[in-house]
Amino acid sequence: MTAVHVDHLEKRYAEVPVLHDLSLDIPDGSFTVLLGPSGCGKSTLLNCIAGLDDVQGGAIRFDDRDVTHLEPKDRDIAMVFQSYALYPTMTVRRNMGFGLSMARRPKAEIEEKVQGAARLLQIEHLLDRRPPQLSGGQRQRVAIGRALVRNAKVFLFDEPLSNLDAKLRAEMRVEIKRLHERLGVTMIYVTHDQIEAMTLATRIAVLRGGVIEQYDEPENLYERPSTRFVADFVGSPGINFLDGTLDVSNGVASARIGDSSMPLNGYPFKAKPDHGQPIVVGIRPERIGTPGEVGHGYEIEMTHSLTEPMGADSLVWFDWQGQSVSARLRPAVAHQVQARARLAIDLSAVSIFSAESEQRM
Amino acid sequence: MTALKPTGNATVSTARRSLDIAAWATGSQRRFLSPGRIGLYAFLIISALYFAVPLYVMVVTSLKTMDEIRQGDLLALPNALDFSAWVRAWSSACTGLTCEGIQVGFWNSIRILVPSLVLSIFLSALTGYALAMWRIPRAGLILGLLMVGGFIPYQVVLYPLVQIVSNLGLYSSLPGIVLIHIVFGLPILTLIFRNYYASMPPELIRAARVDGGGFFTIFFRIALPMSKSILVVALILQMTGIWNDFLLGLIFAGRENLPMTVQLNNLVNTTFGEREYNVNMAATMLTAIPPLVVYFLSGRYFVRGIMAGAVKG
Repeated sequence: MTAVHVDHLEKRYAEVPVLHDLSLDIPDGSFTVLLGPSGCGKSTLLNCIAGLDDVQGGAIRFDDRDVTHLEPKDRDIAMVFQSYALYPTMTVRRNMGFGLSMARRPKAEIEEKVQGAARLLQIEHLLDRRPPQLSGGQRQRVAIGRALVRNAKVFLFDEPLSNLDAKLRAEMRVEIKRLHERLGVTMIYVTHDQIEAMTLATRIAVLRGGVIEQYDEPENLYERPSTRFVADFVGSPGINFLDGTLDVSNGVASARIGDSSMPLNGYPFKAKPDHGQPIVVGIRPERIGTPGEVGHGYEIEMTHSLTEPMGADSLVWFDWQGQSVSARLRPAVAHQVQARARLAIDLSAVSIFSAESEQRM
Repeated sequence: MTALKPTGNATVSTARRSLDIAAWATGSQRRFLSPGRIGLYAFLIISALYFAVPLYVMVVTSLKTMDEIRQGDLLALPNALDFSAWVRAWSSACTGLTCEGIQVGFWNSIRILVPSLVLSIFLSALTGYALAMWRIPRAGLILGLLMVGGFIPYQVVLYPLVQIVSNLGLYSSLPGIVLIHIVFGLPILTLIFRNYYASMPPELIRAARVDGGGFFTIFFRIALPMSKSILVVALILQMTGIWNDFLLGLIFAGRENLPMTVQLNNLVNTTFGEREYNVNMAATMLTAIPPLVVYFLSGRYFVRGIMAGAVKG
């Protein structure tokens, strides 16, 4: 059981800074997802934690042990890669046992552990095959099996499901989650897929340009994103952003959007709001509904432009105050939408960002 | 439509190209000979003859007696199969002052070939692996120098090399010629191996490092087992290069270790009385056989290796 601490990490590739003064505390037994667009430094951070990349400054500690300059094999980690990285010339059995045989463990112990992991992942019948004879899903299981065999204290996953098709990805996602619940070990998982992040994580760190934008539980990340970027990156279908200005009179704030005024008297501002400040209002599509359904509703009348049926729901696009707004409605409701529709925004679920700093207010 | 009748289940309305395929797939015996095809075959046959006729003449002549050869019919088959010229070439023909046949040169060549082959391939595979898969400072510069090294004609550096080798005390010795072959083999082989390893997924090395493999463990247990096809390519290149080498052997090997090619030259140029064409031809065939055998045995892997490099590299 190991907590991972990253302190003021500096990482450069040939003078190009990738990670700058990055700190992150990953609690023992957590499932932490590093989420971000490609090139944000999430894989680099994972490689630094694994010891595969040298760091130029800062420290990485596993519990109280400083591992900053240790080789990967001395860190008690196991890693699963996007391309599986199975050794093509070895059988599945030898692939899985390679780490232990490198550590010169007795043959009987290796065999027992390989069998155990194979049973857990239901790949016992594949043990004598070679990786090229396996399907993508089977290869990924073997790669996970190889990690399991090593009895590691920290499991690292580098986009392990990106090469699988959608159905298999959903299956493996569930299996990885089960595995975490069963083993209870610390897992760090890199992905650019926010659905994967939301479903798997106990905590998510959203990275952008080598900086952690928000490190929080999935629910907080979704409901109370701390920056506009996080709000935009997390959630599918995407959040609505409406440009407006802050209107403060007699200590009561409201958002002026076009010619409408959205009351914000219940909104938990972090600092005293300034009158006239340009803002961006973020509203999740599912927080817009028919007036009867939505609690603290702010009713608006919008012009219908497009309907996207998604099966369980329909995403309905409207124009309002010259801006585009999407609402996630039940298909039955979506069918009744006329050219003009009266809908309500749940004011308890809006997020207000400063247009200038893009930070949550 | 008229040229071909599909015997399979292709419908009449399909294009001729698919009919071709259908005919091929169902094993139809009918062939369609277009002018292009005829031209292609003519070209192939002429090319084949261009290489096959001299070979034929050599084989035929080596099996004739001198009396038959004197009749001057170059292309005629021998009256009777007579292997005595081969035996003489192997065991008793004169190469300069000694008359022990070309077998001396054969064994010298083997003694030069085996260590040169093993060491040059091993060293270049290791260097290529290091350059491709590990972060080596100035790897680009090293690679550039190797490229230059690979393209320098060796006649240019012969004289300084003789000086260096003799200063090392290795001139005119087996280790000397082996060293020379290794040095000249390294640049191009290292490039070949580097390009091959560069096409392997880098995550493989990362996974092996997490599993506790070091530089050499990963090389021997993961990289090398994956390199079969490229090893065959290197083997053939080096084998033919070293076996067919004349100049380096002549200069660096010393009188005791002259390779087969040099011995062959001596044999052909040594004459007491009439020229024994049949013995010369037989000796030449004997010298040419080892690379041919390697081609026949590993040609399939050679092509596969070249393809692998071409597609991925």
